[in-house]
Amino acid sequence: MLDDNNTRIALTVNGETVTANVPARLNLADFFRHDLGLTGTHVGCEHGVCGACTVLVDGKLARSCLMLAVQSDGARVETIEGADASGRITKLQQAFHRRNALQCGFCTPAMLLTVGELLRVNPKPSRDEVRDWISGNLCRCTGYQAIVDAVMEVSA
Amino acid sequence: MSTDLKEPIGAEVPRDRAKRLLAGRGRFVDDISLPRMVHMAFLRSPYPHARIRGIDTSAAADMPGVVRVVTAADLADVVSTWRPLHNRFPTMAAPEQGVLATDTARFQGEAVAAVLAATRAQAEDACEAIVIDWQALAQVGDVATALTPGAPRIHEEMSSNLAFEAEVVAGDAEAALANADHVVERTFRFHRHTGVSLETRGILAEYDPTERRLTVYQSHQTPHQQQDLYARLLGLPEHKVRVICPDVGGAFGVKHHLYPDELAACAAAVLLGRPVKFIADRVESFMTDVHCRDHEVHARMGFAADGQIVGLAIEDRFNAGAYGQHPRSSVAEGNQITRLTGAPYRLENYAAKLKMAFLNRGILGHIRAVGHPIAAAVSEALIELGAKELGRDALDLRRQNYLRDSDFPLTSAGGVAFERLSFTQCLDKALSLADVGAFRQEQAALRAKGIHRGIGFNTFVELTAIGPEYYGEGGQHISAQETCLLRMEASGQVRIHIGTTDQGQGIDTGIQQVVAGVLGIPLDDIEVISGDSALSPMGGGSWGSRGAALGGEVAMRAARTLRLNLLSMAGFLLQKSADDLDLVDGIVVDRQHGTAHMSTADLAKIGHFRPYTLPSDLPSDLTVTARYASRDRMFIAGNGIQVAIVEVDTGTGLVRPLRHLVVHDCGRVLNPLLVREQIRGGVVQGLGSALYEEFRYAENGALLNASFADYLVPMAAEMPDIEVAHVTTPTETSELGAKGAGEAGLAGAVGAILNAVNDAISPTGAFLTEVPLTPPRILEAINRVAQIE
Ligand code: FES
Ligand code: FES
Repeated sequence: MLDDNNTRIALTVNGETVTANVPARLNLADFFRHDLGLTGTHVGCEHGVCGACTVLVDGKLARSCLMLAVQSDGARVETIEGADASGRITKLQQAFHRRNALQCGFCTPAMLLTVGELLRVNPKPSRDEVRDWISGNLCRCTGYQAIVDAVMEVSA
Repeated sequence: MSTDLKEPIGAEVPRDRAKRLLAGRGRFVDDISLPRMVHMAFLRSPYPHARIRGIDTSAAADMPGVVRVVTAADLADVVSTWRPLHNRFPTMAAPEQGVLATDTARFQGEAVAAVLAATRAQAEDACEAIVIDWQALAQVGDVATALTPGAPRIHEEMSSNLAFEAEVVAGDAEAALANADHVVERTFRFHRHTGVSLETRGILAEYDPTERRLTVYQSHQTPHQQQDLYARLLGLPEHKVRVICPDVGGAFGVKHHLYPDELAACAAAVLLGRPVKFIADRVESFMTDVHCRDHEVHARMGFAADGQIVGLAIEDRFNAGAYGQHPRSSVAEGNQITRLTGAPYRLENYAAKLKMAFLNRGILGHIRAVGHPIAAAVSEALIELGAKELGRDALDLRRQNYLRDSDFPLTSAGGVAFERLSFTQCLDKALSLADVGAFRQEQAALRAKGIHRGIGFNTFVELTAIGPEYYGEGGQHISAQETCLLRMEASGQVRIHIGTTDQGQGIDTGIQQVVAGVLGIPLDDIEVISGDSALSPMGGGSWGSRGAALGGEVAMRAARTLRLNLLSMAGFLLQKSADDLDLVDGIVVDRQHGTAHMSTADLAKIGHFRPYTLPSDLPSDLTVTARYASRDRMFIAGNGIQVAIVEVDTGTGLVRPLRHLVVHDCGRVLNPLLVREQIRGGVVQGLGSALYEEFRYAENGALLNASFADYLVPMAAEMPDIEVAHVTTPTETSELGAKGAGEAGLAGAVGAILNAVNDAISPTGAFLTEVPLTPPRILEAINRVAQIE
């Protein structure tokens, strides 16, 4: 990396303070994956449509492929690794597992974070509300129904 | 059912592998990094057809981070070119292809040069600095133009763009059609799309020149096929080539081919002696993943006055894209269409012709349900048209013409052996779940309010678990046989090594269940190791719905051998007949009274550490293998029916799927949970094919929608819930009796939606035959009829 062009950032990732020198063009997804080794965040398009790179930035769902790492300076970020370790999505993970709401699992970390957020803001969603909420997350394997079922089960 | 095929075979068991994926602990290719690894990026042709007059890489070579810039010439000594020959189709043209284009680029996205650099971004930067002296050539984008005499030729070594033609004939279709009381005739168009795995293609190749050892991590379905190809094309000893497929983020047929860029990454690793990683981006995926469909089918079906089908003739015109796909060739989709159209029906007179051309487009390959959706949609739309013509109920007309129990076994008019299929049973079951009478009433009531709903039925045949003859005679090194190695550790726990692979469909779990059921040990004591060409015995990987039928069967056979060995050891130690003993939950029990004697773990310990306590001729191996290939039939055929209910907005042309039902027969179901979800996923892909997915090209041949913003795939909000029910007709070709289930969802969905949309708009008089059924096509069809009237 060309150090002179890099920017120093400091942020909280999954509760840990991280400082790094990053090139201005490095996106947040690549920063997590390749610099921090947090490979649970996936990249399916790099143009903000598939949702596979979704993480939580300051408590809001964000597409990490559309954000630059430098924009995360000072932010509090959570990836699937953090959500998993915190235990706050355990019920969802178990319901996804039981209902086979994942096949290849590539969309799954982002899907879990996304529906976790839904249940936070709307603990009793309807099926249609679940479908609407995840309509920015492409899953090519499951056909979505089992995902909706799993969320409904947890919200019941 | 054989007595040893017990639970958990047939149980709804969730998948072990899912747990790590749910925790963000999956390991996909791009998650792996190796010391001294470099990244590879490709400069690709922006033109669908162009001469390469010169390549200047000097500026690129000086860019930051660049390790090497390569063109075809730089790799020529490292890697060979190939021709996708198939000896079953000896007249098929198979022009040569290499990892990078030399003097001509024949499709947009064809790789021309590549950069190896410290980071992916630096490699991409340097690609932009490569200067190519292009001369654009006339491009050919449709089959009609390609086959016109004098058309620009895609391959100069060929005298025309015709890649292949063939004919399947039974009886005399022309005479039958000439004498038919009614003939319905249409031309159908199925546009080009692709498989769209969410994880793009990717590879990480590592080469150690001291041992001539190539280790490849690849997002792929067929590690052994790749091992063979890499060894032969790179001139390496096969036993030193190892292909590991870690977690694979969806495949759907996209990932069971040889790709020039992936092979180029291996060649670059050999050239540099350093690990090379290439991960396709989404634009590269759309352009260079194999594409599918892109068929025009002209079809005529003749009926006698009483409704009997007397003849069917089809002509399928399609294309391979710019080259044949390697190593399987590009013929199969057309071949399946000519073999499967009309397959559910009693058909004496059948003629099917196919013509395959080369075009300046991406390569067509085998994507989930190869040919099936087209064959079924054409047949079932013709039945609907026939029913209208005859003034008959279309379901009655199907029933009258379906192959019946008494017809089986038979070789179909298309030349496929059908053991026993269950068309009538599937229709009966569908009608027990979907009340057509009630729907018709509701439909009429809603029509009065300007709401247009329709119901569509689609009967399909599903060809699964291809036998070894197709590629064996074809000359490809593609295994249709499976081998399973079972290894019982001293703890009594078991490792299953098998050649099938799991990209999320869950076949690892199905196989685990089979072994658990036969061995009588808990599922948690068994692990499947698959997707590694060095660790797994030679096998075919996963494609064409072969996992359950072949992998399940071979695992059962291996488990039976291990079971016999365990029982013979126990019999000796207990001084009882092995026949009087059974294995239940990891315990050797008395078969009659269930009395517990000793654990499997006790036996395993004796087998491994105190073998001297057993007679040397006693069968007591704790590592056993079995192999299995189906015999004397090209496929194990399954079948089913799908029912779709849709609403068409005749103002906007938008289609909303409201309800979707699948009745499916895949023989013995190893795990209903996994089969159901496979089918649902397939249906949703089929709804994508039916309604949204299509590559669009500009006049100059440029691909217009190589992004998720422009290429539409089904998202959750538009998709209906999907009901799945089963009829069970086990295959007798194997003892397990399982048939494949991976094609069914996609195979049946397209025709069901087509018929449902046509039913919804039937008052307008329009009948659509072009898929996907996009709003403009629907509006245009409605308006066209309105204008005529
Ligand atoms: S990778 Fe970020 S939305 Fe697709
Ligand atoms: S499980 Fe494969 S993309 Fe969702």
